[in-house]
Amino acid sequence: MSILVNKDTKVVIQGLGSAGKFHAQTMLDYGTRLVAAVHPGKAGESWQNVPIFESVREAVEKTGADASCIFVPAAGAADAILEAADAGIRLVVCITEGVPVLDMLKVKHALAGRSTLLVGPNCPGVITPGQCKLGIMPAPIHRPGTIGVISRSGTLTYEAVDQLTREGFGQSTCIGIGGDPIKGLDFVDCLKLFAADPGTEAVVLIGEIGGRAEQEAAEFIAHEFKKPVVAFIAGASAPEGKRMGHAGAIIEGSAGKAESKIRALEAAGVAVCRSPAHIGRTMKQRLGR
Amino acid sequence: MKIHEFQAKKILAEFGVPVPRGAVARKIEEIERLAEEVSSGGKVVVKAQVHAGGRGKAGGVKVAQNASEALQVGARLLGKPLVTHQTGPEGKVVHQLLLEEVLPIKREFYLSLLLDRERACPLVLASAEGGVEIEQLAARSPEKIGRWHINPLLGPMPYQARQLAAFWGLDKKAAAEVQRLLQALYQAFWQKDATLVEINPLVLTEDGRLIALDAKMNFDDNALFRQPQVAELRDPSEEHPLEVKAASYDLSYIRLDGNIGCMVNGAGLAMATMDIILLCGGRPANFLDVGGGTDAKRVAAAFEILLAQPGVKAVLVNIFGGIVRCDTIAEGIVTAARNMKVEVPLVVRLQGTLVDKGREILAASGLPITSAEGMEEAARKAVELAGGGK
Repeated sequence: MSILVNKDTKVVIQGLGSAGKFHAQTMLDYGTRLVAAVHPGKAGESWQNVPIFESVREAVEKTGADASCIFVPAAGAADAILEAADAGIRLVVCITEGVPVLDMLKVKHALAGRSTLLVGPNCPGVITPGQCKLGIMPAPIHRPGTIGVISRSGTLTYEAVDQLTREGFGQSTCIGIGGDPIKGLDFVDCLKLFAADPGTEAVVLIGEIGGRAEQEAAEFIAHEFKKPVVAFIAGASAPEGKRMGHAGAIIEGSAGKAESKIRALEAAGVAVCRSPAHIGRTMKQRLGR
Repeated sequence: MKIHEFQAKKILAEFGVPVPRGAVARKIEEIERLAEEVSSGGKVVVKAQVHAGGRGKAGGVKVAQNASEALQVGARLLGKPLVTHQTGPEGKVVHQLLLEEVLPIKREFYLSLLLDRERACPLVLASAEGGVEIEQLAARSPEKIGRWHINPLLGPMPYQARQLAAFWGLDKKAAAEVQRLLQALYQAFWQKDATLVEINPLVLTEDGRLIALDAKMNFDDNALFRQPQVAELRDPSEEHPLEVKAASYDLSYIRLDGNIGCMVNGAGLAMATMDIILLCGGRPANFLDVGGGTDAKRVAAAFEILLAQPGVKAVLVNIFGGIVRCDTIAEGIVTAARNMKVEVPLVVRLQGTLVDKGREILAASGLPITSAEGMEEAARKAVELAGGGK
């Protein structure tokens, strides 16, 4: 079992530029059902036997696509997300980085009360190993299994997944929720989905400095989430007031510090590892095998 | 992106936020004349313009009795470094002075607009105590801070302005003033892609006017492409030359004061690498994310930046190849190490896409590179080679 994506997920790529093509190819190679692409001015053509359409609405009508993966430039990202939502796409994954935060604020309000789920922006995407890769993560490190992964980071997620796989733990679904301050699904949204998934036995949560999403996750875990959780919070060594690469990774106030996030998660019964090299082995200890 | 107080006041004034009469002096010869102009013979405030808080306590804000005293005060500040609790020990050089009229102040307040990340909307923070460090006040007496969430479809509503005026204990006439001010602040925030507008203090004058005595604005770097006027306000002299160089190569770099330079792909992994260096007993010298679509040229530039920083005794490269291929990184490292005569120990950990090819390139180069399998091993080796945390 899995969440968000599986072998039946039909994907449309929005933005088939060079980055879009490069990653779409890796998705095809993984066996993802890539059914359509949308790129201005290329409607009617095809790429790797995938038909290209003028609009997401047309792509959905003609192919039944239910998930989209966005590679359009930052200035057009908000437009692309809302276009997908209006076309009835169930899951929108926005890989694009550098989206203005006020654009995301408008998108959040426009999506409120609708059924479309947004992941990202500025994220590696979602993968259900062995079934569907909807994003830019390196495929070979993943194995099908029962650990759910939720992360605000890209490469640090790969590190965590690699450690899990090496310790013999496959993954049910891995979600990179992205490094921006205002984004689609957050930790709590993903935890709710994993709670309802019988195929997920335990969860790895990778947080970082900035905001208080980890504290909200801790609150949810303490009261409602019954499965084991292992966490790592990046940025214990980061100075205050400096933006550490991700737009959202900045300590503004005490809640943003790694230490207060770690304390909140530990109080909720989460096994928090201090070293980013111990994520896999902490899961092993937590599950007692 | 940060801007100076005088720049923030200029933007806010364009949106109708009342600010004191003022002028900016860039040369000592201008000070007396400009001081005379803004004060019409009265007292003058001389304010050092640097991107840092705590200017008042550090002696960067002074009241002069007249224009000639303003000259004396200003001459001591202009062109010299100002050290505040936010600048670091080397301080920041003052290139501009803001000279302003002195207002008859009756009361001081705190007012700011920022983004509430979790609720995805703008948030107004206010306090009846002006000139305070809002973080400290929030920790000490949270009940003294008022919060109003703004619906971005509507902007600030009249009832919110009335509540804010009541929170400050102002009368009905002032409430209308508060509403105009809140609207003006919000428009500046919204239209300029700001992430923070802070007025601290906002003052109520003896004659009943609300005026922004100080102003701070931060902007969304991601939105600068559509805010050319804001982008022009960037002051490179406020940034470290190495940070300016890094930005020109599209490297995300933050200078720290440790002994182990690190080069990593991805912001999260870069932070985690700093963390593990600290856990292993060393001190990270920087944050550096070479990014996703990196090439040999950017790797070389990253090396130049790392090695230009004094106190770096070892360099740790930690790459988890996804989009970035390990062979590209390895080639970049070898080229840079050959051209630059890297004299500090170099520890490289490669993992992910084309890792075997990358490791082959490093091994075949004959360079004294220490390889590591995992990030813990890499950090431990780097700390050891750097001689610990000193």
